[in-house]
Amino acid sequence: MSTAELLAKQEYKYGFVTDIESDMIPRGLTEDTIRLIVEKKNEPEWMLEFRLKAFRHWLTMTEPKHWPNIKYPEIDYQNIIYYSAPKQKPTKASLDEVDPELLLTFEKLGIPLQEQKQLAGVAVDAVFDSVSVATTYKEKLKKHGVIFCSFTEAIRDYPELVKKYLGSVVPTNDNFFAALNSAVFSDGSFCFIPKGVRCPMELSTYFRINNAESGQFERTLIVAEEGAYVSYLEGCTAPKFDRNQLHAAVVELVALDDAQIKYSTVQNWYAGDEEGIGGIYNFVTKRGKCAGKNSKISWTQVETGSAITWKYPSCILQGDNSIGEFYSVALTNHAQQADTGTKMIHLGKNTRSTIISKGIAAGKSNNSYRGLVKVMPKAEGARNYTQCDSMLIGSSCGANTFPYIEVMNNTSSVEHEASTSKISEEQLFYLQQRGISQEDAVSLIINGFCKDVFLQLPMEFAVEAQRLLGLKLEGSVG
Amino acid sequence: MLEIRNLHAGIDGNEILKGINLTIRKGEIHAIMGPNGSGKSTLAKVLAGHPQYEVTAGEVIYEGKNLLELSPDERARAGVFMAFQYPIEVPGVSNAQFLRLAYNEKRKHLGEEELDPLEFKDLLKERAKVVEMDASFMTRSVNEGFSGGEKKRNEILQMAVLEPKLAVLDETDSGLDIDALRVVASGVNQLLTPDNAIIVVTHYQRLLNYIVPDYVHVLASGRIAREGGKELALELEEKGYDWIKVPTQNEVGPAKLNAAN
Repeated sequence: MSTAELLAKQEYKYGFVTDIESDMIPRGLTEDTIRLIVEKKNEPEWMLEFRLKAFRHWLTMTEPKHWPNIKYPEIDYQNIIYYSAPKQKPTKASLDEVDPELLLTFEKLGIPLQEQKQLAGVAVDAVFDSVSVATTYKEKLKKHGVIFCSFTEAIRDYPELVKKYLGSVVPTNDNFFAALNSAVFSDGSFCFIPKGVRCPMELSTYFRINNAESGQFERTLIVAEEGAYVSYLEGCTAPKFDRNQLHAAVVELVALDDAQIKYSTVQNWYAGDEEGIGGIYNFVTKRGKCAGKNSKISWTQVETGSAITWKYPSCILQGDNSIGEFYSVALTNHAQQADTGTKMIHLGKNTRSTIISKGIAAGKSNNSYRGLVKVMPKAEGARNYTQCDSMLIGSSCGANTFPYIEVMNNTSSVEHEASTSKISEEQLFYLQQRGISQEDAVSLIINGFCKDVFLQLPMEFAVEAQRLLGLKLEGSVG
Repeated sequence: MLEIRNLHAGIDGNEILKGINLTIRKGEIHAIMGPNGSGKSTLAKVLAGHPQYEVTAGEVIYEGKNLLELSPDERARAGVFMAFQYPIEVPGVSNAQFLRLAYNEKRKHLGEEELDPLEFKDLLKERAKVVEMDASFMTRSVNEGFSGGEKKRNEILQMAVLEPKLAVLDETDSGLDIDALRVVASGVNQLLTPDNAIIVVTHYQRLLNYIVPDYVHVLASGRIAREGGKELALELEEKGYDWIKVPTQNEVGPAKLNAAN
């Protein structure tokens, strides 16, 4: 089918490189590298200690190469640039001081940073390689007591809050990639919603990797105090390079009593070409702690990019009656590999968790769901419902489900449902017979398959996610 | 409107249709009858462009164009509709969403403006009366959890929305109780105009009491063995299919078949 083949070759729309002068440090990672990063960023002594502790631990750890269902060549951690920042004035009093080239880059990505051009109701922190270049609506949010700023600013301006919560959900020695991130993370977003405040707008961070040689190690920390509510969105893209780039992020969420955090991601890192050359290695640790009673954390992710995705956004349900949710669509095409899922750790009484995972595999890709539901002895009356569906497109791809269930009391209930299906020729023919083109028919079937997850996304994101899935699958059938 | 000439087609290398000739004009209803395995459903699927069926010889001219060169969706947009014997489920996609997409594809094809969800809702409500379907069907996923009768009514609803020029009903009566049969048949009759045509593929005469054909063609072993008016269907009902002799290549069968050879 020639039109399909043409469409399959459709360019990754975000693959351009911004030509901008960067302030880079030499390749490699030693204690001196960490000292250099701390110096560049003017960080206090306690941050240096935090980083060095993580680094020393990292040296004793081994990369988790065996248990995930992914294959990749050895990563040379001494051949990565751990800090790269566009050259500009160190402090940005206003957007006027941000390099116009950077503003243009984000505008091209559909993220205008001038507030008057933005979607009303969404505040954006834009992260370019290792640093945050701009955060919008800061002043407006401040009036409500909401802090939304880059991590660098948070360390400078709110050290007590950062000290209190940084590493409280994902300890520095949690896993290989989290330890690496803790040692070298350069920027990211910090959100703090004080007691009783419903954040008046959606907060979002847009991550962009531009430098071919650097990795991106960002850190996000969101704290919702008692009764607070926030909805946070994360988007990511990167230029096309024929070499792999490492992205190892850590996201920590903390919800106190009656607080709610809704975290949505549309991940569209460069996935490599059809043969699997290039693309982002996405090793991410995301975890939320429902620390208070009646608190709730929801993860919604739409994973469409990256050569490798290794990611398990999890919830620690510590507070009684707290709720954890994980809604995921993971799509892999060509040579992409994804090993993604969640962990729900039930500690408190009557804690509840819901897991809805939709995996779609096309091309030669490999798509695994890996999920842990653990109910501790004191989590009386805990409940979990898990639904894991996989859809295969073509016959060269693979889908796997690895559920782990550990229940340590007898008052809890855990349900697991799983299914695997294929887009059938009959289904496509039926839709085509009603005048719908083959490409649109595939999109329609996939979007129907993912509906339960898309319903969880904020409106604009849902539309974007649907469009993105259609685009990613063009030409994969027929 | 439709001219089928010496059509040969099959699946996986097995020839099923062995030289079909058929002419259909605007405003006509044609019934295609025949025993199981005679090629009735194959003919319907070949007209709609099912990818598994291969045309090995002959031609199909639809409104002056070579129908066989068009993809299934192009045929649909050009006005060819097939009501499926086994309608397919599309989980997570609402009936209304699906129908609006299909309807707007047709509008685009005709150079007309697309309808937004609200405008379409009004249109859908109107058309749903044709098959006595209530609003709850519109928000349910396409055919998912529908009973056999509901699925068939949904097919005719789609026909009512898309207003095809040529509708092929593939065993629409199979699995229907008498009440559902009456609703479906009455829906189809309401949709017949002097400008469109309907091909009714059926095993039984029963449906033809409600949808009265102008012509009846009886298939046997991939060829048209008998042709006549509506009374032929009654004769079949009485005598069964056994008395229809399978024509061979050289035998004097129906006039048209002979002429084509």
